[in-house]
Amino acid sequence: MGDRLGSATQVRAALESVGYLADEAIAGVVFLADRLDKPVLVEGPAGTGKTELAKSVAAMSRARLIRLQCYEGLDEAKALYEWNYRKQLLRIQAEGATGAGSGRAWSEVEGDIFSEDFLLTRPLLEAIRADEPVVLLVDEIDRLEVETEALLLEVLSDWQVSVPELGTVRATRIPLVFLTSNNTRDLSEALKRRCLYLHVDYPSPERERAIVMAKVPGIAEHLADQVARVVRSIRRLEPTKPPSVSETLDWARTLMLLDIDALDAASVVGTLHVLLKNRADIDRAARQLSTQTLPGD
Amino acid sequence: MLDVVSGFVTELRAAGLPVGLSESLDAVAAVGHVDLSSRAELRSALAATLVKRQDHRATFDTVFDLWFSTRARTATDHGGGQHDLVTPDAPAGDEADLDDDALSVMVADALEDGDPERIAALARLAVALFAGMGSRRQVGAAYHLHQVMRRLDTEGALARLMGATGFDDDGGRPGSLDARLRADDYRASAAELRRQVEDEVRRRLVAERGPAAVARSLRRPLPEDVDFMHASRDEMDDLRRALLPLSRRLAVRLARRRRHRRQGSLDFRSTVRHSLSFGGVPAEPRFRHRRPSKPEIVVVADVSGSVAAFARFTLQFIHALSGQFSRVRSFVFVDGIDEVTRLFEGADDLAHAVQRVNTEADVIAGAGHSDYGNALSVFWQRWGSELTKRTTVVVLGDARNNYHDTSTWAVAEIARRSRHVWWLNPEPRSYWDTGDSVISEYSAHCDGVFECRNLRQLEHFVERMG
Repeated sequence: MGDRLGSATQVRAALESVGYLADEAIAGVVFLADRLDKPVLVEGPAGTGKTELAKSVAAMSRARLIRLQCYEGLDEAKALYEWNYRKQLLRIQAEGATGAGSGRAWSEVEGDIFSEDFLLTRPLLEAIRADEPVVLLVDEIDRLEVETEALLLEVLSDWQVSVPELGTVRATRIPLVFLTSNNTRDLSEALKRRCLYLHVDYPSPERERAIVMAKVPGIAEHLADQVARVVRSIRRLEPTKPPSVSETLDWARTLMLLDIDALDAASVVGTLHVLLKNRADIDRAARQLSTQTLPGD
Repeated sequence: MLDVVSGFVTELRAAGLPVGLSESLDAVAAVGHVDLSSRAELRSALAATLVKRQDHRATFDTVFDLWFSTRARTATDHGGGQHDLVTPDAPAGDEADLDDDALSVMVADALEDGDPERIAALARLAVALFAGMGSRRQVGAAYHLHQVMRRLDTEGALARLMGATGFDDDGGRPGSLDARLRADDYRASAAELRRQVEDEVRRRLVAERGPAAVARSLRRPLPEDVDFMHASRDEMDDLRRALLPLSRRLAVRLARRRRHRRQGSLDFRSTVRHSLSFGGVPAEPRFRHRRPSKPEIVVVADVSGSVAAFARFTLQFIHALSGQFSRVRSFVFVDGIDEVTRLFEGADDLAHAVQRVNTEADVIAGAGHSDYGNALSVFWQRWGSELTKRTTVVVLGDARNNYHDTSTWAVAEIARRSRHVWWLNPEPRSYWDTGDSVISEYSAHCDGVFECRNLRQLEHFVERMG
């Protein structure tokens, strides 16, 4: 990136200005990634703001965000580049039709159809070739097969892509790269070695309260505090899918819309379906949190 | 700085972390960019470059605390001696004879307050006083931890605090939401206290004995490696927690493998149609998708005392994966046999379903000791006709038949009618056929008998089967 970040503290302040509350570890790693020109591997449970981090860093440094969503079966053609067959065929046919090309040597035609005009750039090549600052987000990399992971290695360590017909494309400026993983499988050592490692867990109640305060305008501090603590209690129950930070925010917004300004058991149980999306989880949390004061007790 | 970092890396390796050369080079580069007067920044820089797995983080923190807290002091003395770094802070006089009442007040106050600094201070004090460290005996970290936690009695303190808030721990007599939240605050503080004590014990052990020795005594087996038959209650909880993510991961793998098996025959229509966009050149051939064949699973599990835990985990595991099979039916037996499929079908909470198996299945026909012969022959008589060539039968049990009749003919009949019969035995292979175990009589009729003592082996088996 053009202007380097000054220090981890500055990163933290800058991220906060775009609405992402980073803790020390997160800010430190982002700062280092920028200084060392290394990709960051972000691991952690679903819904802890891994993707959001990349987006916020892009917003913070006013860079373009290029996103590569991984899925199994992703291949070179979708990740790096592809030749535009259709256009190439059209080109050859057009040449034949006008008759103008009849005198031209094949090598000339070949040089013509394997040129930039016929290259479809995909996210990785795009990020390498960009002239302006970019942030590359490789999302859910654990969904790739182990073999496909190797595709990324050349890009991530040497910042170049080899296109046989064109030669090697080198990065003019090194993009900031975030790889996210939900840990459904172990990533290869080769990939891990090239990355800085960051584990993002569910935020502490204090941080979650701050996130709620920042993202839900107009919420009372007292309510935000209760929201964060109820979510912590629910996560403690180990539901099959613990509520994510974005679900916490949805819940806080729901409470605002319903004009609830202090939580009690009934209002929590009534809106649990915003936090939990599994019937057994909802039933269990409702049982655990609801009030049934016994008579004479 | 180079020396400091490379020394630190050596120490990490001694504690059992895999740190490669390129990682330590990165660490040196990273250290050049951080503000060295800030411990937190240094820590996060080193962690980001040296630790690539979250479960290694605790060890990293311990080594970091030791290496960077006292090094400045000792470096001047004798150029970086490593293991004589920490002299346990001698407890101040008035704290040394802390009586139980004063202690419990301190614990309760710290929990109620929840201030991390205060909890850390309490942990340090408690370890200094009660852990009995520095003694001649080489006991594990768990011993010291237990000593301290026994004296701190956080459970008791929690119970008192909760009593004050009117919240009952069992959830039997719940108070208001606010009380519930406060109770969870206390619990979080208690967990934090325990963690701090653990850290402190580890720090002191490393200081006393060096990282390598402690790494050995600390290494807790991963939940995947815990033996079903001898798991403690804590380990059972870990197992239970590991089960769901494991089954999810395996389901993804099975589905993926099935999709990537050989493709079907050429789909001519689709190829021609697709070629239109290439000006009639069939540039990309299209293939028909094959319908994947999913096996039908019948689980027959011994749920008598000795192997109950194993059977429960396996049932839960296989049902968690039921999407990967065309049908899963479960039967449980001790000396009688009963079908329990209905308990699992449509159950949202598999753990609950397994619980119901314990209470609702009718499995005792006689004395209540495992009788494989009777169970298997009854199975054959009642359900044998429902087995088909698509059925895979999985028998779970240690084949300890209490010297009853083995009825191996039943297994032979089952094997003849179904696709495969697999037998999973939770006992170590060396125990097989000792005492009343008759596993080899049955194995003669099975397609395979596997030792299945931990989640890892179970996962491996299910992956083969799927």
